[in-house]
Amino acid sequence: MGKMTIDQFFELLKKYDIEALEGVTIEGDLEIEIEESVADQSSLAYLYYVVQEVQNFLYHANIAMGHLTNVSNLLGMPNPFAQAPALAPPTPAEVPVPEVPKVTLPEQLAKAKFEPFKVEYPGKIQEVVLGATKKDGGTRGEVVVLGGEKSLPFYLFDTPQPNLPAVAVDVFDRKPMLAKAVREHYEDVLEDPADWARKAVKDFGADLITLHLISTDPLLEDTPASEAVKVLEDVLQAVKVPIIVGGSGNKEKDPEVLEKAAEVAEGERIMLASATLDMDWERIAKAAKDHGHVVLSWTQMDINNQKTLNRYLLKRAGMDPKDIVMDPTTAALGYGLDYAFTNMERIRISGLRGDTDLAFPISSGTTNAWGAREAWMKDSPIEDDSDWGPRELRGPIWEIVTGLTLSLAGVDLFMMMHPGAVAVLKDFMNTLGGKISGSVADAGDWIFMEG
Amino acid sequence: MKVKSPLEVYKFLPQTNCGECGYDTCMSFAAHIIDRSMKPENCPPLFRDAEKDEKIKKKLEQLIELTSPEIAEVVIGTGDNAIKIGGEDVLHRHEMTYFNPTAFFYDVWDTMSDKELEERCSKVVEFRKFYVGKFLTLDGIAVRCTSDNPETYRNVVKKVAGYGKPMILIALNPDCMRAALEEVASTKPLIYAATENNWKDMLQLALEFNVPVTLRAKDLDLLKSLAVTFKEAGVREIVLDPVTEPLGEGLKGTFERVVNLRRTAIQGEDKDIAFPILITPIAAWLIEGDEVEKAYWETVVGSLFIVKYADVMIFRSLEPYSVIPEVTLRFNIYTDPRTPVQVESGLREIESPDENSPVFITTNFALTYYTVESDLTSAGISSWLLVLNTEGLGVEVSVAGGQFTASKVKELMEETGIDSKVKHKVLVIPGLAARLQGAIEDETGWTVKVGPMDSGRIKGWLETNWPPE
Ligand code: B12
Ligand code: SF4
Repeated sequence: MGKMTIDQFFELLKKYDIEALEGVTIEGDLEIEIEESVADQSSLAYLYYVVQEVQNFLYHANIAMGHLTNVSNLLGMPNPFAQAPALAPPTPAEVPVPEVPKVTLPEQLAKAKFEPFKVEYPGKIQEVVLGATKKDGGTRGEVVVLGGEKSLPFYLFDTPQPNLPAVAVDVFDRKPMLAKAVREHYEDVLEDPADWARKAVKDFGADLITLHLISTDPLLEDTPASEAVKVLEDVLQAVKVPIIVGGSGNKEKDPEVLEKAAEVAEGERIMLASATLDMDWERIAKAAKDHGHVVLSWTQMDINNQKTLNRYLLKRAGMDPKDIVMDPTTAALGYGLDYAFTNMERIRISGLRGDTDLAFPISSGTTNAWGAREAWMKDSPIEDDSDWGPRELRGPIWEIVTGLTLSLAGVDLFMMMHPGAVAVLKDFMNTLGGKISGSVADAGDWIFMEG
Repeated sequence: MKVKSPLEVYKFLPQTNCGECGYDTCMSFAAHIIDRSMKPENCPPLFRDAEKDEKIKKKLEQLIELTSPEIAEVVIGTGDNAIKIGGEDVLHRHEMTYFNPTAFFYDVWDTMSDKELEERCSKVVEFRKFYVGKFLTLDGIAVRCTSDNPETYRNVVKKVAGYGKPMILIALNPDCMRAALEEVASTKPLIYAATENNWKDMLQLALEFNVPVTLRAKDLDLLKSLAVTFKEAGVREIVLDPVTEPLGEGLKGTFERVVNLRRTAIQGEDKDIAFPILITPIAAWLIEGDEVEKAYWETVVGSLFIVKYADVMIFRSLEPYSVIPEVTLRFNIYTDPRTPVQVESGLREIESPDENSPVFITTNFALTYYTVESDLTSAGISSWLLVLNTEGLGVEVSVAGGQFTASKVKELMEETGIDSKVKHKVLVIPGLAARLQGAIEDETGWTVKVGPMDSGRIKGWLETNWPPE
């Protein structure tokens, strides 16, 4: 081997896998003289110059060095950089003697200690008790306690979390519109709210029941309040868990319905859902106070409105902070979940930082997830979408992910419907809450698993 | 980012208000550095001056350091498909925004049949889910070495590289990793993983091939030791895997490690661990149960860490019921909360409408608009779509909040001259705006029909309601 052009040289480098050099063009076809045994020092200096030119492409010059060494060995010539080129290149005038960047791998790992950054909040979320047992004048088997956090949800490494979130299952006093995947689990009880509640507790593990008296809606059956609350009595008889009672959402009628509910459930410490800014919240608060219940303070995705309504309930209606839960509104995954998450997270952080107007347990109408078309539609209406797969599996997970996300924002009480979703979300919260022991044998096994 | 106000940035700028950056003043440019829509690199004079003047160069370096994100940015892949991870600045999205969405990688392995390999890779490449005007897609493929044979691994990795997606190479045996890197290092895969046992060889490979590297350790002292060692040896692109345990106390511990890592990096300003975090929901496939249970739990683990700080993830399930919620959640969490997502108001022509085509109206909230527009287009409904400026609010919200009103509808109809484009005078409004029916009729003199609640049902609705009598 005598003469070799730079191009050939690069070809050679390429062959030895120095892909970083691909695309480099060298202007002018330089010729490098390579003698059989002794390399021409000035050409080597040139070579060095060229390598320097392409350094942009080589993050670590030592790679190039290494390859150059290989190449020189291959050509049977001495390592060009082992003996630094003594001669100055023809042009440019001055090229400094290269310093060979050599990577010496450390023998040992550096010793470092990880010191976790600690966070403490001055505030504490109110503890609110739902339901009353015999000793407190009620007939519930057990009570549910919400709130009590001193740090962000499931940050047990900051402070213990006295109460994990609870799950209430929705029951309606008339057949509501339900997604197919939900309805099929309730088909046998849709006509009887008491049976419905029983099934939700016994088969689906509901911690509470939310009874929605939607038939009171003047646009539906317009059931009179005194009539509607009979269903509440049935449900109180049928199950031993704490009860939440909701109206139809009609601003005029709801206060009356909730008032009647408060009366018939005297002593049971139910939650009245809900007081809102645009209705007679004072009347609902009074009913709760008179009969020892809790009020759900509901606003639409607005931290300031939430603060306002809570203050009204505290200051104007004179409610005890132990009797308030709030619902800042839940939007489904893909349909405003970003707003809901951030609104709740901000509310929770404000509460922990000491804003006592916002330091209440948070409730979420997670069933809203079923409004998302991804939860209930059979196929995508969008032509170019990939296949959406079976909706029986899509729907529950839509509810799970909506709830799970909001649990990380600070929700203490979930109102849900699909039994599968209830089970998985509870599992998840019990896991982070430290109620489920054990783990997999070796968490690294997935690396090698076949199939 | 260490600086919080534009003034702090302004000090470092040339202060000539030359406008080359596209802003009128240096101050306004400084504000954009603070909200991270601009970088120091976008002020050309600053760079030119720095070349000439050592002192300015120092200042520039200082500025770059002060304005670089708290969590290092790492790039996996090259070219159009390259994906950036990390680069985060805040612990909660409302404090500013999250920046680089969690990258989703799906696993294949080198002992699977060619057919299966092809099927899985194609699924990753082809997945599309329409959302807010664009298609959500998946990011890359993680190739696991299950053969423990360098040549087998090399060949499969080479095949996967052919799909052009960013890759994670998963092999704890350095010989296998070397074989793969010899083949595909130029595509800049992320290598997985350096551990307590193989770190020296992996460090050698990361340096030699100049590729980003994952460090894996459950013990955070050890993880930090690895990070310090690699950093000092000159590795710049580091990803941390604090080991995802999918179940019980294990999952609880994983959550703790991840939160502590990110919080200590950002609030505790510990630069030694201020790197992107890798989570492996795929570990859920180690639990007992059937495929659906495993896939569900994998989605649960994935969702948890999309919300809390994972920058890159390795998944197994490609079932739509896993992937669709994951990509949607990722989009939601990473949406910039500072800007309402809206489109321009006006009149849109869907599928070449004519004078007999129906006229619909919707709002300019991006989620609403794109949902409606794509529903109409997909169903092939030739129509006129009026887009009302509701300041980026959806139908129900803007009806409730007073941004969707009869008088604004009238204005829009006049502006767009819709009455000269159709022969009829029938406007279809969203079901959720039903209460405006009378008011719009009074205002405009048109007949107003109330459409379905969901625009996905317009097609069926038209069958019985169009043409109007
Ligand atoms: C996200 C959200 C917000 C966000 C809005 C963000 C935004 N950019 O729009 C924020 C936090 C800002 C917000 C604020 C308020 N909100 Co809000 N909000 C929601 C929420 C959770 C989701 C709405 C949404 O985005 N849906 C998704 C979009 C795509 O749906 P869409 O626009 O309706 O479009 C669909 C249909 O209408 C239809 N469609 C659309 N166009 C067309 C056209 C035709 C021709 C047809 C046929 C169909 C059609 O198809 C689309 C796809 O399905 C709902 C509750 C829920 N439904 O889950 C409450 C909700 C809409 N809000 C409500 C209220 C009251 C408010 C406030 C007034 C609260 C307050 N007191 O401040 C404010 C109003 C602010 C204002 N306007 O000034 C109420 C409305 C009650 C009512 N019916 O009157 C709701 C229903 C909550 C509730 N249950 O009380 N809200
Ligand atoms: S380019 Fe630089 S100097 Fe010119 S206005 Fe922008 S920030 Fe100022």
